[in-house]
Order: sequence, then C-alpha cells, then structure tokens
Amino acid sequence: MSKSTATQTARARPLSPHLSVWRPTITYVMSFAHRATGAALYFGTLLVAAWLITAATSESAFNTVQWIFGSWVGRVVLLGYTWALMHHMLGGLRHLMWDTGAALEKHKASKLGWATIIGSVTLTILIWAVGLAVRGGF
Amino acid sequence: MSDMRTPLAKVRGLGSAKEGTDHFWRQRLTAVSNVPLTLFFVGLLIALSGGNFADVRASLSNPFVGLVLALFMISGLYHMRIGMQVIIEDYIHGEGLKILLVMLNTFFAIAVGVASIFALLKLAFGG
Ligand code: HEM
Repeated sequence: MSKSTATQTARARPLSPHLSVWRPTITYVMSFAHRATGAALYFGTLLVAAWLITAATSESAFNTVQWIFGSWVGRVVLLGYTWALMHHMLGGLRHLMWDTGAALEKHKASKLGWATIIGSVTLTILIWAVGLAVRGGF
Repeated sequence: MSDMRTPLAKVRGLGSAKEGTDHFWRQRLTAVSNVPLTLFFVGLLIALSGGNFADVRASLSNPFVGLVLALFMISGLYHMRIGMQVIIEDYIHGEGLKILLVMLNTFFAIAVGVASIFALLKLAFGG
C-alpha cells in the first residue's frame, strides 16, 4: 500500500462519532438533569431542616433564616430548589413509567424528555405565582 | 463450563452482593411515596408564604401537618440516601474513599432526619 492511498483512505473516513464532536440529545440531557437535581435536593434538605429547627426553637434565628430566604440570593436558591424538586419529581414519574416497560421507544422517550422540562418550568412558575399572590406581592 | 451458580442461588436471585434488587426496589418505593408527600410540602409552603414565626409554628404544630411532614422527611431522606450511594459508587472507584463517603452519606441523612423530626416533635408537644 503506497503512502498516498493510506492518506486518502484516512481522509475519507467519517470523523464521527468523536469524543468532542457530538450533539446532546434530550434524553441524555434529561438523564443528567435527573441526577443533578437529585444531588441538589440532597443538599436542599438542609434548607428544610434549618426552617423546621429554627421554627421549633428560636424566633430570632427563624427570622434570620427568613431574611436570608427573602434576600435576592436566597430567592434565587429557593427558585432553583423549587425547579429541582418539580423537575426531579416529573423525571422520577417518567422513570416509574419506564419501569413498567412503557414509553421506551426512541421518539416517545424524546417526547417525554421535552414534557419533563416544559412541565417542570411551568409548575415552578405556577408555584411562585400562587405563592407571591398569597404573600400579597413581591 | 457454563454456569457455576447453584440452582438454589438462581432461585434466590440475590446476586453477589446478597441484596438482589432490594436497593432498586426501595428507590422506587420511596419515589412513589415522595410524590404525594412532596405535593403536600409544596402546598404547605405556598399557604405559609409570607407567614411570620407565629403563623408557621401554629401550622407546624397541627398534628396532621406535623405527621405528614415527618413522613416527607423520612421518605425523602431514605430515598436520597440510597440515591446518593449509587452516585458515589458510580464515580468513586478507590475502595477506601468510597466506603468513607457511603458512611458520611448515611450519617448526613440520619443527622438531618433526627434534627428535623426532633423539631417537629418539639413543635407538636413542647410548644
Ligand atoms: C418528588 C418525588 C420524587 C420522585 C418521583 C423521585 C424519583 C426518583 C427515581 C425513580 C430515582 C431513580 C433514578 C434512576 O434509577 O436512575 C431517583 C433518584 C434519586 N433521587 Fe429522587 N425522587 C423524588 C424526590 C427526591 C427528593 C426529595 C430527593 C432529595 C432530597 C431525591 C434525591 C434523589 C437522588 C440523590 C437520586 C439518585 C440519582 C441518580 O442515581 O442519578 N429524590 N429519584
């Protein structure tokens, strides 16, 4: 085999699949998101615990926690917590559905992936809208 | 040689870790219980949105609210503990570090759980 043929063959080869050349798919992104939101909720339990413990023990500590939750940074964290909870819940329901053997086909799994993200964003917005309405403003 | 497993081992179906599908099953069981409990928790937070110390205490000391929140914590913490164990086992391959992290994972879940349940009991009984 001459050198030039070898080069030509190499050039004609498809470069994909390649470690750095690939397109994220909705099923892959949602799979990762389920794990990431699960891990985020893991640490989010500290927020719930802080709320419960201060409510049970000290008004000033409780007010400090409320103040932190009400600050801009606190609100962003709580908004993220709400989304993670809703996203992980819907993603989990999707897992439970798959466990029965349903909706595992490629196009159905992709549709479910989109439904999970659209559903979790919608629920998060709804929860905050109702929450702020109950509170009577921002 | 085709299969070294004894017929009894196959029937038991517990595998080399002697746990079978127990871990998987408990993750599913708690996933199912988490759904209604989470919805209750979110509903409670919405209802208490903007509430002060007294409002929150009054609500949390209601027996029904306290009971459901305790279940939410137990179910959620159990679920997240076994879930995090899977994450640790997937990414940490050094035997020593893996065992350490799996232990810390359990301690974390139990510490958060005991503190939260203590708080709920205090609200219910101690005022
Ligand atoms: C709200 C209802 C919930 C449902 C329906 C649900 C469902 C699930 C399911 C089915 C899995 C297994 C996924 C798999 O096998 O790949 C899972 C994993 C996990 N969940 Fe949940 N979950 C819920 C709430 C929570 C909460 C509140 C937390 C944390 C406090 C949590 C933390 C985790 C973690 C850390 C994992 C492991 C993730 C992984 O292995 O990739 N989940 N969840």
